[in-house]
Amino acid sequence: MDSYFSILFTEVYKILFLLVPVLVSVAMIVWLDRRVWAFVQKRRGPNVVGPFGLFQSLADALKYIFKEIIIPASSNKLVFVLAPVVTMTLALISWAVIPFGEDFVLADINVGILYLFAVSSLGVYGIIMGGWASNSKYPFLGAIRSAAQMVSYEVSIGVIIINVLLCVGSLNLSDIVMAQQNLWFVIPLFPMFVIFFISALAETNRPPFDLPEAEAELVAGYQTEYSGMMYAMFWLGEYANILLMCAMGAVLFLGGWLSPIDIFPFNAIPGPFWLIFKILFLFILFALVKATVPRYRYDQLMKLGWKIFLPFSLFYVVLTSSFLLYFDLLPGK
Amino acid sequence: MKISRLLKTIFMIDFVTGLLIAIKEIFKAKKTINYPFEKGSLGTRSRGEHALRRYPNGEERCIACKLCEAVCPAQAITIESKERDDGSRKTVRYDIDMLKCIYCGLCEESCPVDAIVQGPNFEFATESREELYYTKEKLLENGDRWENILAANIKADSSHR
Repeated sequence: MDSYFSILFTEVYKILFLLVPVLVSVAMIVWLDRRVWAFVQKRRGPNVVGPFGLFQSLADALKYIFKEIIIPASSNKLVFVLAPVVTMTLALISWAVIPFGEDFVLADINVGILYLFAVSSLGVYGIIMGGWASNSKYPFLGAIRSAAQMVSYEVSIGVIIINVLLCVGSLNLSDIVMAQQNLWFVIPLFPMFVIFFISALAETNRPPFDLPEAEAELVAGYQTEYSGMMYAMFWLGEYANILLMCAMGAVLFLGGWLSPIDIFPFNAIPGPFWLIFKILFLFILFALVKATVPRYRYDQLMKLGWKIFLPFSLFYVVLTSSFLLYFDLLPGK
Repeated sequence: MKISRLLKTIFMIDFVTGLLIAIKEIFKAKKTINYPFEKGSLGTRSRGEHALRRYPNGEERCIACKLCEAVCPAQAITIESKERDDGSRKTVRYDIDMLKCIYCGLCEESCPVDAIVQGPNFEFATESREELYYTKEKLLENGDRWENILAANIKADSSHR
């Protein structure tokens, strides 16, 4: 009994040690997003609350907490309340397998990448539940769009992951990072990295693929009926997912916690910082894309996903595997 | 589709160019002002918060002719007048409902003695509706506070009247 509690407490401690920084960085990343967006448009962005406006998100969060939660009379109340909880929980539990350094991971499971993929697929449920339970037109349309979009791009992300797995020979995320010690996968698999990045944009409903919340058409998509803390939870979940996608990109293609070159000033910086730098780099790219690219039309989005990305990534799987087979580079031999 | 166009699409040339332009724009000077700490200039005819002006000797300008009350399209102004001991007609009540007011400036235009004017102050947000039902005292106080700017604005605008 005693050992049970001690294990429980160490685990809870570890989880808090991971989740609190993730939540804080989600708040900071919202600020960064708005700042980059504003700077590209030659505006100033949030700069009043705290140094450089860093605490803007905290002020926003405080505002959301004090706002009233409105539950529409005709909604399915249980599902309506459950939807943001599901979204946020799913966005946060996937962080368990992200390796921040050698032996610096909460759950070093053998099928880490599959777990990550499964959890991010489940993320659609939060959105569908929210859209359906609102019992209103716009949320429902937004939820349908979002679900269709996420499912479509998940397929190509899955095939891209197969490309990486072919080169690694393991589903463990730490193994994936260690396999990139000599060469980051972004170099041999560069087209896959680009497609992964674009799919990640679609997967997280970011511009130019933010059709589910296309303001002019759908008000705010599946979030239309939400208010107060429930809206904030959707919003937190969304940004946690974006951060997760950046982390996934960093682990799969940019060598995770590894330093770019293994010489003195670089390898003196601890691994977690390298991972954070890479996540930030990818996130700033996300923000820049948001600032530059106009929104896609829905049929263009579907065409891009099914007719271009999927066949191309499948072709690349064949290319990668034949290359590895021909030069006898297959891992695990 | 032309080959060059196809290659452009495949290598996302346009997208990358756009991204580079965006990065360049980040380092350029900002076009917006840092509002609460830095304010833009206002024209002499800007129509902000109302004020009732006085003559230099402290006498109220308003003669209670009620032209502003009559012209006000939102019917935001309420005036009651009374004859004073010296025989002059003066207001005993001059209320402006700032919530009804549409800031059209007709009251200012109709005033024969430049008593009611709209000043440059546009930052008079309050926490309750009651605070925006302006009374004569409040308007006169505004006039005393902004007199320098108000007089200068009227003077600058005098050639156009």
